Amino acid sequence: MKSIEELRRLREEVRQMTKLREGSPEIKIIVGMGTCGIAAGARETLNTFVQEVAEQSIEGVSVTQSGCVGLCDREPIVEVQHGAERTIYARVTPERARRIVTEHIKGGRTIAEWITRN
Amino acid sequence: MSVYRSHVLVCAGAGCVSSGCVLTENALVDEITTLGLDKEIKVIETGCIGTCDLGPVVLVYPDGVFYSKVAPEDAREIVREHLYKGRVVQRLLYKDPLSSQLVQTYGEMEFFNRQLRIALRNTGVINPEILEEYIARDGYEALARVLTEMSPQDVINAIKASGLRGRGGGGFSTGLKWQFTHDAPGAQKYVVCNADEGDPGAFMDRSILEGDPHSIIEAMAIAAYAVGAEQGYVYVRAEYPLAVRRLQQAIEQAKSYGFLGQGIFGSEFSFDLSIRVGAGAFVCGEETALLASIEGRRGEPKPRPPFPAVKGLWGMPTLINNVETYANICPIILHGAEWYSRIGTEKSKGTKVFAVAGNINNTGLVEVPMGVTLRQLVFGVCGGIPNGRTFKAAQTGGPSGGCLTEKHLDQSMDYDNLVALGSMMGSGGLIVMDDSTCMVDIARFFLDFTQDESCGKCTPCRIGTKRMLEILERITGGEGRDGDIEALERLARNIKQTSLCGLGQSAPNPVLSTLEHFRDEYQAHIRDKRCPAGVCQSLVSFRILADKCRGCGLCARVCPTAAISGKPRETYVIARNDCVKCGACMDKCPFGAVIRA
Ligand SMILES: Cc1cc2nc3c(=O)[nH]c(=O)nc-3n(C[C@H](O)[C@H](O)[C@H](O)COP(=O)(O)O)c2cc1C
Repeated sequence: MKSIEELRRLREEVRQMTKLREGSPEIKIIVGMGTCGIAAGARETLNTFVQEVAEQSIEGVSVTQSGCVGLCDREPIVEVQHGAERTIYARVTPERARRIVTEHIKGGRTIAEWITRN
Repeated sequence: MSVYRSHVLVCAGAGCVSSGCVLTENALVDEITTLGLDKEIKVIETGCIGTCDLGPVVLVYPDGVFYSKVAPEDAREIVREHLYKGRVVQRLLYKDPLSSQLVQTYGEMEFFNRQLRIALRNTGVINPEILEEYIARDGYEALARVLTEMSPQDVINAIKASGLRGRGGGGFSTGLKWQFTHDAPGAQKYVVCNADEGDPGAFMDRSILEGDPHSIIEAMAIAAYAVGAEQGYVYVRAEYPLAVRRLQQAIEQAKSYGFLGQGIFGSEFSFDLSIRVGAGAFVCGEETALLASIEGRRGEPKPRPPFPAVKGLWGMPTLINNVETYANICPIILHGAEWYSRIGTEKSKGTKVFAVAGNINNTGLVEVPMGVTLRQLVFGVCGGIPNGRTFKAAQTGGPSGGCLTEKHLDQSMDYDNLVALGSMMGSGGLIVMDDSTCMVDIARFFLDFTQDESCGKCTPCRIGTKRMLEILERITGGEGRDGDIEALERLARNIKQTSLCGLGQSAPNPVLSTLEHFRDEYQAHIRDKRCPAGVCQSLVSFRILADKCRGCGLCARVCPTAAISGKPRETYVIARNDCVKCGACMDKCPFGAVIRA
C-alpha cells in the first residue's frame, strides 16, 4: 500500500463486504419466499435482484424476502417499496427482475403490465 | 468477489462467547450449508454488539432483525423460516421491558436507536479479524489523508478544535496533550495506549479492542505522526486474552499491508507498534505506574510533574491516551473537528460509552452524546429498573467516583457536571442500584477494592484506606460507634490531600458521596443497629408477622437450623440465636408473613 489512491481502489473493491449492514435503504425490494413463491422460482428471482443491485453498484437499495402474501397463483411476487409508494409485481422471473432493476429502480418508471393488485 | 443477499452477524464479544455463541454460530453455518444457502448467506463473527445480557445475539441484515438468547437448537428454525422463507422467528425476538412488545428490528429498540455510535462505529458491525471489512468502512482513510495532506500541527489543531477530552478518567484535553508532547524536546518519542481498564464493571476498552482493533492502530499512527514518535505500545491487561489476540493479529495484518512500518503511504513517516501485557493491577492503569511497568519495573506511580508528555518512557516525551480516546480520532479527521464539536455539551464534546450494570433491564455497552441525563440513560436507553423495584442510586466513575441519587436524575452526564455533583465520569462505568441496596455496604465494597489495589508506596493510601475499611466493616458488622462517621470524614480528607496518585486521592470518594446522600443509613447502622435495606447480615433479623401467619408450618420444615417452632394453625416464631439468616423461610412462606428487617 503505497498511496491513498491504492487504498481507495481497494475500498471500492471491498465495499460490498459491509454495505448490507449499513443505514436504512431508500428503496426496498421484497421477494415473496413462501412455499408457493419458492416453488415458482422465487429463490432465483431473489438472487438475481441481489446480484444486479451489487454488480451495478446501486446505492440505497435493499433486497429482502417475506413470507407468502396470499397471491400464490401469481408467484413469484415482488414488492418494491419506495417511501410510502408500493408497487407489486407478479410472476417475476429473473429476466423480469433485471428489467425491473433497470427501468423501475434505476429509471424510476414502473412497468405497468406486470403490476398486480391484492 | 461473491455477493450475498443476507449477512447474519453473530456477536463474538467476550460476553457472548461465555454464553455460548460459538456453538450457535456453528449450528447456523451447518444449517445454511445443509440447505445449500451458503452462496447466498454469509455468517459473520463480530465484536460486542452491546446487549451483553441477551447473548448469544444474532443480527440478520439487510432487514436488521435482532434475535436474542439464540441457542444452537434455534439455528434450524432461523435458517429454515427466516433466511429461507422470509418469516421472522417471533419467539426469539427481543421483548421491550417497558411495553412488553416484541421488537422486530434492532433499529426499533430503544437500546440502539437512542445511541450515537462514534467510538463503537464498527464494533458489532464488522468482523474484526478481516482487515478488508475495516477498509470497506473507510478504514485507514484518515491516516492516508493525514500523511498526504496534513502537517503534524494541522492534526493537533484539528484534535484541539474538536474539544475531545481523555476518556480514561481525567478528562484532560487530548489536543493539548498532543501539543505538549509535540513541543517537548527529545531525540525519541513514544505513543502509548492505555488498555489496562481496571475499573470493575467497565469493559468498553476491551470491546473496542476486540471488535475494532484497527481503529486503535490507525489512531495511534496518526497520534505518532502528530507528536513525532516512531514507536508505540498498547498496554493491555492479561485478563483480556481475546483482545490481545485480535490486536496482535490486526497489527500483523497492518504490517503486511504497509499501514505500519517504514514510509507509510509513500511518506517519510514510519511507525511500529507492539503490545505489552500487564498483570492486571488497578494501579497500573495510572499513567506513571503503567509506564514503569512497560519499562519492566514495578508498577508504582511517581509524583507528577514531570508529566509523561515531557518525561515518560525511558525519560522521553510520551503521549499516553486511553483506548476510547483513540477510538474517536479517525472520525474527527474524516468528518472534521466542527462536526465533532457540535455533539455533546459546551465543555464535554462528542459521545461517551457507558458500561451499564447492576439493577437495570438492559445491561451492556451504550454510546450516547455527552450531556444526556441520567434519566434518559437509565430509563430510556437501558429500559429502567427490573422486578418492579425503584431506582435508588447510580455509581459513576467506579471505585474512584461517587453516587447520584433520584434527585440527580435530570442532571447532565458530562465531565464537569458530574464533578460538580460530587462524582466523576471516570472511565464510564455506571452501576445502577435499586431500593434493595445498602449504601454503606456499597461504600465498603468499593473501599475494599481500592484498599486491596493500593500499591503501598505511599502511607496515606496504604494505611489510611485500611483504617477506613476497618471502620466500614465495623459499621456493617453491627459494631459501629459514635464518632465513626466523623473519623471516616477526617481520614477521607487527609487521604485525598496527601496521597501520591489518583488511586489514593480518589479512593475515599464513594464513602464521602454516600455519606453526603445517605447519611441516615450510616446512622441507622450505628445508632439503631439496623440496616434499612436489609443487606448487612449481622444487622438483619427475620421475624414472623402474627397477623399474616396461618400456622402452616412450612417455614419450620425448611429451616436448616430448626430455629423455627410453633404449632399448626398458630403463629410460628423464630429463635434469634439459632437463626443463621439464610432467608429460606421468607422465600417459602406462601403468605408473605416472614419479614427481614
Ligand atoms: C488508580 C488509577 C487507575 C487508572 N486506570 C486507568 C485505566 O485503567 N485506563 C485508562 O485509560 N486510564 C486510567 N487511569 C488514568 C490514566 O492515569 C491517564 O490519565 C489516562 O490513561 C490518560 O489518557 P486519556 O487522556 O486519553 O484519558 C487511571 C488513573 C488512576 C489514578
